[in-house]
Amino acid sequence: MVAALLGKKIGMTRVYTADGVIVPVTVIQAGPCAVLQVKRSGGADGYDAVQLGYEDVKPHRSTLPMIGHAAAAGTGPKRFIREIRLASAPEAAPGDVWTVERFEEAGVRFVDVVATTKGRGFAGHMKRHGFGGQPASHGTERKHRSSGGIGAHAPRGLGQSVKKGKRMAGHMGHVRRTSRNQQLVRVDKDRHLLLVRGSVPGPNGGYVLVRQAKTRH
Amino acid sequence: MINQLIQAVEQSDLRSDLPAFAIGDTVTVHVRIIEGGKQRIQPYQGVVIARRGRGIGETFTVRRIVNNEGVERIFPLHSPKIAKVEVVRSGHVRRAKLYYLRDRVGKARRVKERKRVVTAKGAAAAPAEATA
Repeated sequence: MVAALLGKKIGMTRVYTADGVIVPVTVIQAGPCAVLQVKRSGGADGYDAVQLGYEDVKPHRSTLPMIGHAAAAGTGPKRFIREIRLASAPEAAPGDVWTVERFEEAGVRFVDVVATTKGRGFAGHMKRHGFGGQPASHGTERKHRSSGGIGAHAPRGLGQSVKKGKRMAGHMGHVRRTSRNQQLVRVDKDRHLLLVRGSVPGPNGGYVLVRQAKTRH
Repeated sequence: MINQLIQAVEQSDLRSDLPAFAIGDTVTVHVRIIEGGKQRIQPYQGVVIARRGRGIGETFTVRRIVNNEGVERIFPLHSPKIAKVEVVRSGHVRRAKLYYLRDRVGKARRVKERKRVVTAKGAAAAPAEATA
């Protein structure tokens, strides 16, 4: 069984194990998700996948194509829609509802969490790449957070240039990131919650995709 | 403000079986220790000099003197490792954090005992008044 759901990061807290060890966890409200579309390798799409939708959106805030797409699966329009690629033909049908029970039934112990990281705006190289900056004293003037030399690279003898890919200041964050192999600590069926050990990308309230870990079981 | 869902998650781990105790009280904390599969209980007695945090993350600090050396242990209030907390004596203090006790030596270390006043709220309400 494929265990994957869309959800929302609620925030972090901690839980105790029976031995009294404190485990930091992120609370994720995952599902219920409607299956909006099923793609099959034998069909028009040529590959196996399931398209999930999470959280209702008011029809007047959606678009007619989205409303029609959801109506084909017998549901209302959804705010957050993602596709889960599958290795074999999916057993799901449009209109199915997936909940956190899938994680329990599949006996999932580790999950991958995919989300968009918090945007940091235009960040300096110290924050963005962990560079050290310049000394605080010994004659350093107005250059405490400078990067230092960026290389002497001259293509084909002539001119001056900086090597491509040189790590510098620039836009940081707000990119899709996958946090892999995080322990699934608890599943709360009544409240549709997954408790994942450690932190996950993105702000509280951000949308996330949780799936069974690909490399650890 | 804490999210209601997070509160609901914490709710199941919160302990309500511990007695109410306040800053300045002398308490005995019975700590569960697991040694090679066996469990035993070790008492630790001292003065509560601080309580901080709220919800599942609340902790309290207990100070005692061992071999003329001050020892402070910080316990998570809701930890399953705490088997029991006994209030031995309730103290009369005017601070929320008794860090000044660290600088005191000898008799000055003592915390004045608070005479329990039986109010309309009952004896259980008395420690809450001290912190208010």
